[in-house]
Amino acid sequence: MASTPETVAAAPAHGAEHPGLAHHFESYEQQRESASLGMWIFIAQEIMFFGGLFIAYAVYRHMYPDGFAAASAELDVKLGTFNTVVLIGSSLTMALAVRAAQLGRSKASAWFLIATMALGTTFLGVKGIEYHHKYVEHHIPGPSFQFTGEHHGQPVPANQARIFFGLYFGMTGLHALHMVIGLGLLLWLLYHTRKGRFTPDNYNYVEGVGLYWHFVDIVWIFLFPLLYLIGRH
Amino acid sequence: MSAHISSVKTYFTVFLCLMAGTALTVWAAFHDFGALSNVVALGIAITKATLVILFFMHVRYSTRMTGLVVLSGALWLFFLFALTLADYLTRVFVPVQAAAGM
Repeated sequence: MASTPETVAAAPAHGAEHPGLAHHFESYEQQRESASLGMWIFIAQEIMFFGGLFIAYAVYRHMYPDGFAAASAELDVKLGTFNTVVLIGSSLTMALAVRAAQLGRSKASAWFLIATMALGTTFLGVKGIEYHHKYVEHHIPGPSFQFTGEHHGQPVPANQARIFFGLYFGMTGLHALHMVIGLGLLLWLLYHTRKGRFTPDNYNYVEGVGLYWHFVDIVWIFLFPLLYLIGRH
Repeated sequence: MSAHISSVKTYFTVFLCLMAGTALTVWAAFHDFGALSNVVALGIAITKATLVILFFMHVRYSTRMTGLVVLSGALWLFFLFALTLADYLTRVFVPVQAAAGM
């Protein structure tokens, strides 16, 4: 990019001949592996970020099993299952968008990105409906919190249910924030895909956002059974 | 050498396995497995996550270096759980007998 004519002549593999290859990489392969490795290190950090909430959930559920079961039973399994299917479906379209980019099919890639965004938006819309239900039922922790549920015929203390709902909103809220950021990244990818910026040699941004999107899907794969499905029998 | 490109068939097969896992975990939640309920739910979730990591996230075709980072992420999560739960799961509150005359 900023190289003088002399360095271009000395290193013909770079510069004008390979505009998609940054000067500090030997080859496209090395550049691609570095990008993917960096993304994975970020995801390893994200695992610990969410891990704090998961361990808080484990400790409190161990302390108040009945309160957690009764509060979990108030969530809508149908909407939760629907959203799980939608989110896994969005992972499929994301994987297909990356595949299309690998093959240099920008048009197909753009359509798969749009499908991923549509599914992601659907997920957030359903989440909004669920949050609204909780708001109407006074299940949002705060001054107006009320809970009269029971587990196996026994009433459970409202304080225990409040801890469950605190974790429910904290965990699904952080997850939803990740999805909003993901949708922004997808919009950015769509813009550059339509500009024809990605090639089979360098589609690293598509792959990187794909890794992030799949990670967010994995977080939901754990959140769904832990929040919606305990104490159903 | 260029990156491995998975077939559309592979992606759809993985997707159908993930759908089957979702159906299975919902079904299992409405049946009583006693103490094994958590093991069943988490076992299905870990299997689904592994499928996503190996195929959607291409770790099956990535370098060993990438695999090492993935495993270290899981290892540190395991440390977090093992060390924290080693405390909370072993807390037994033994009632203390008040000393006579105090």
